[in-house]
Amino acid sequence: MANERLFEEMTNAVIAGLPDKACELAKEALRAGIDPLAAIEQGFKPGMDVVGEGFATGELFIPDLMMSSKAMKEGIAVLEPEMMKRKQKLKTLGKVVIGTVQGDIHEIGKTLVATMLSANGFEVHDLGVDVSPQRFVDVVRQVNADVVGLSALLTTTMLNQEAVILTLKEAGLRDQVKVIIGGVPTSPEWAEEIGADAYAENATEAVEVVKGLVKA
Amino acid sequence: MRLPILQRLASGEVLIADGATGTMLQAAGLPTGTPGEAWVLERPEEIMKLHRAYVEAGSQLILTSTFGGTRARLKHVLSLALSEANGANEGKAGLDVQVSEINTRAAELARRVAGDDLYVGGDIGPTGEMMAPIGSLTYQAAVELFAEQAQALAAGGADCIYIETMSDLNEAKAAIEGARQACDLPVFCTFSFDTHGRTSMGVSPAQAAEAMAELGVPAIGANCGHAPEELLDLLPQMRQAAPDAYLIAKPNAGIPHMVKRQVVYDATPQRMAELALRYVELGASIVGACCGSSPAHIAAIREAVIRDA
Repeated sequence: MANERLFEEMTNAVIAGLPDKACELAKEALRAGIDPLAAIEQGFKPGMDVVGEGFATGELFIPDLMMSSKAMKEGIAVLEPEMMKRKQKLKTLGKVVIGTVQGDIHEIGKTLVATMLSANGFEVHDLGVDVSPQRFVDVVRQVNADVVGLSALLTTTMLNQEAVILTLKEAGLRDQVKVIIGGVPTSPEWAEEIGADAYAENATEAVEVVKGLVKA
Repeated sequence: MRLPILQRLASGEVLIADGATGTMLQAAGLPTGTPGEAWVLERPEEIMKLHRAYVEAGSQLILTSTFGGTRARLKHVLSLALSEANGANEGKAGLDVQVSEINTRAAELARRVAGDDLYVGGDIGPTGEMMAPIGSLTYQAAVELFAEQAQALAAGGADCIYIETMSDLNEAKAAIEGARQACDLPVFCTFSFDTHGRTSMGVSPAQAAEAMAELGVPAIGANCGHAPEELLDLLPQMRQAAPDAYLIAKPNAGIPHMVKRQVVYDATPQRMAELALRYVELGASIVGACCGSSPAHIAAIREAVIRDA
């Protein structure tokens, strides 16, 4: 019962985007001897789900999403030493390499998707902006990625999403990794045309789509 | 000889702005990944050609090709390493010179085309970075970035500082404060309401307009965004929250998509002209267009608006 109340408060701290509160509650959970994994799964995680849903429907916006994920991340950091002690690890849903394609320096959308994927249990390798096809391929190989996410915000740089796919093919890696694309000018049709596996319209949708890709 | 721009707006006659810069320069051969700012120094004749095409189409206010002209964006694109930490002063000095030079030069190019009769808006876009506490850009650092750009634009002969495509209210405030520190020109500010009727950062048209009214920004509005039809909803909200401001309507020609490898924007010049008339009915004082538009769109807008004026 007491645990449930604490979990609910943790959920609310994430929804409200309060990192300090989340840390305080994480400490309280540790003091109460609560399993840190349970605290994450039943405390913080449901909050992120609510925020993701609110973002998709237009009730919440980028700052909400960023502050909530910050609250969750900092709360988890408080729990980590205890997890190490118990030899626990957060289960990883899969490895995602993400970046904005070459010639394009738009960062915010890509960062948002990376943040949401990370908050939802993916191991995310964020390569930043203006990333060359070769760099995508190198890191995909290096970390043995399950999914690669390609962001493009310009009609002129959309073509570089295709360049990454072609470079993956040349490197013989295309069959090992799923490709998801996104960015304002892109579309499901564009994904199909360049041979990507999926398209997502926003960060919340991206989480669901990537979950589907790693299951497939 | 033109009146000061605020007097011109006070006359009540609609001012026709220009259309897209970035997508037009790309059509003229600006390579992928190269920002329009690069052509200010490398191919000034192309920049002037575009300004001229808009003036010939009827633009009375042309914006400088400096949307990405803050140091924060130029440092990415000019590949000039800005490693202040290890004291690489040479790179820093190079960027210092180029930030000022590009902005001043861009304003001079626009002024040359605008002459004495037409208006030049010194264009300022977002830094592309997230402001603290979400990101790392502090308010004060942002003010300095914008002041640097505004000062250079004013030095090149702009009539006003024209801040556009803002989504974060704090960043917009920093831009206004920076511009006011740097020069005495009137400062305008427009937002991109591209996410469920708000900016991507969640700012509603009313919130934006209220904040701008509080700061005494004389001309405010909406640019870029999604469908140009959305302005029909947005403008009245801004009008209500800021009854005294001049309203600016400068939407995209729709959202771009690829058809057979060609970029297509949905809104035709005819459609944009119909909508422009309605923006004016809703109280817009400055009308133009943003991404995906061309001089043909501006010509149609001008004909519709001036004919019916």
